[in-house]
Amino acid sequence: MDNIIQIKNVNKFYGTTIKKQVLFDVNIGFKKGSFNAIIGQSGSGKSTLLNIMGTLDNPSDGDVYINHQKTTAMDKNQLADLRNKTIGFIFQFHYLLPEFTVQENILMPYAISNRIASSAILEKADYLMDMMGLTTVKNNLATQLSGGQQQRTAIARALMNQPKIILADEPTGNLDSETSENVYQLLREINETFKTTFIIITHDPRIAEKTDRIVEIKDGKIHSDFIK
Amino acid sequence: MKLAFNIALRFLNSNKGQTFLIILGIAIGVSVQVFIGSLIQGLQKDLINTTIGNSPQITVLSALEDKTIGQWEGKIDTIKNSKEKITALSPTASFPGFIAFNKQTEPVLLRGFDLSKADSIYGITQSIYEGMPPTRKNDVLIGKELRDTLSLNIGDTITILTPTRKSQTMTITGFYDIKVASINQSWVITPIHTVQSLFEINNKITGIEIQVAEVFEADTIASHIDLLLGQNDLLKISNWKDQNQQLLSGLQGQSVSSIMIQVFVLIAVILGIASVLAISVLQKSRQIGILKAMGVKDFTASLIFLFQGFLLGIMGSILGIALGLLLAFSFTLFAINPDGTPVVALYINYGFVTISAIIAILSSTLAALIPAIKSSKLSPMEVIKNG
Ligand SMILES: Nc1ncnc2c1ncn2[C@@H]1O[C@H](COP(=O)(O)OP(=O)(O)O)[C@@H](O)[C@H]1O
Ligand SMILES: [Mg+2]
Repeated sequence: MDNIIQIKNVNKFYGTTIKKQVLFDVNIGFKKGSFNAIIGQSGSGKSTLLNIMGTLDNPSDGDVYINHQKTTAMDKNQLADLRNKTIGFIFQFHYLLPEFTVQENILMPYAISNRIASSAILEKADYLMDMMGLTTVKNNLATQLSGGQQQRTAIARALMNQPKIILADEPTGNLDSETSENVYQLLREINETFKTTFIIITHDPRIAEKTDRIVEIKDGKIHSDFIK
Repeated sequence: MKLAFNIALRFLNSNKGQTFLIILGIAIGVSVQVFIGSLIQGLQKDLINTTIGNSPQITVLSALEDKTIGQWEGKIDTIKNSKEKITALSPTASFPGFIAFNKQTEPVLLRGFDLSKADSIYGITQSIYEGMPPTRKNDVLIGKELRDTLSLNIGDTITILTPTRKSQTMTITGFYDIKVASINQSWVITPIHTVQSLFEINNKITGIEIQVAEVFEADTIASHIDLLLGQNDLLKISNWKDQNQQLLSGLQGQSVSSIMIQVFVLIAVILGIASVLAISVLQKSRQIGILKAMGVKDFTASLIFLFQGFLLGIMGSILGIALGLLLAFSFTLFAINPDGTPVVALYINYGFVTISAIIAILSSTLAALIPAIKSSKLSPMEVIKNG
């Protein structure tokens, strides 16, 4: 029972006047260091579930535990701290800060909770950029990158604070198949090197096949849960 | 703090056109304040200077029938030791009389001064355009207008008649012109003991004339001096403010309207900054959402906008002061009288300029408050949902 994320009886409603239920009494846990895929049709509730696990969204009822801590009992500042130190996000759109360079974007999660970047931290950023093949564009603004470079910058940024969990919502949805194959290769390597827990929403069956576990969501419920 | 500051700086830097426009807006506001403020203050200084600059602002007179003040040296010491900022203190013995020359007679005011002291009020010695100051008993100095009326020359002997029909011949040592025709026409200036002996008042005087550093405090200083001197039945003390109520209320009206202008300029500036920064929150909501998803706290997110307001205020103030001073100086260069002197001599009050800058910086920061609150309330979900 060493689940780094545990979802208990989570329901999610949207709307105030006309309530629409998106998640129905979801119970699921994810093991530390595992590499998981969430699949399902568009509109089935995958993103909603992921955002609730990432404390970006609140469940209407039920509880979320991260590292055995009940996040539904935390205040906004505690949640911000938890996200900064424990969770890395990768979204379909890269969400880089266009005013900052590649290096600065990657260092941002560190800068949020620390004052001055030591040389060890700068080396770590260099290492991540090297790993992602970004060294040559290190000082480019985020807007001066190709789509693949942007997404790799976003991945490097998600890794900066060495979070225990990485939540990825269709991270290669905007990339061509060759680039997306490379990105998955990278994520897998990170999972093996740092024992980072990955939960990845994907449409791509070839990708899903390479994970340790495939969870299928249908109409806001867990339809199937296949562990290899 | 440092992170919010850096992000604020980067946001401003990434949108140079917009940043420059806000800075310019603040700068114009500040420059109008500096310019109008300096203009009005210069105008008031000018007015006060011409009205009371060359006259006593506080006068101690006798309340007795014979108009004399005895033991006045002690009273002068009391005033000197009053701890008030006194810039001039001059005893005088003055009586009305008549001047007679060549069968012509004119009414005059015989003014006995200790010239070295009276000069710091009236600048008599500097205004002598011919001849020498009177030093001996029965030497007199005559004003320009009176000289013309009676066609006088240096060395001429004139006769001074008192209301009690005593008469005394005196010698003209020089002529003065203190640029006030009525004074030039009526004051016959002489050493103090000339008057004391002619009017037989021994060592007494008829008044103590005072100038102070803070002219607008003349009334309170006057009542303080009154208190220190005591002797209410022997002395009466007047000050320029009591005698110039109309001028004062005019000045006050001017100050109020100047403040009104400045307040409205300030409001316009605040509204401008607030609206541009409010738009900027919308523009940057994506970034704010991302930052919050990465763990930036709500307070830090609001600081980003407060810092932007603060930085804009600082830069706008610096540019505004430069513009305002430039405007002020070019005004003194181009708005000039036929003789080349400026229409209004500006008064650059650096304290006032600093206060204008501080107010501008505070209001810019304040104007950023609403955007800051918006930024603080923004949820990362809004950004992530909308892609
Ligand atoms: N903020 C929202 N307000 C109302 N309905 C929403 C909101 N977000 C998502 N939904 C709805 O919830 C359902 C699940 O959405 P989502 O979790 O994004 O699905 P998926 O990621 O599987 O495509 C969809 O029907 C969507 O329209
Ligand atoms: Mg989705």
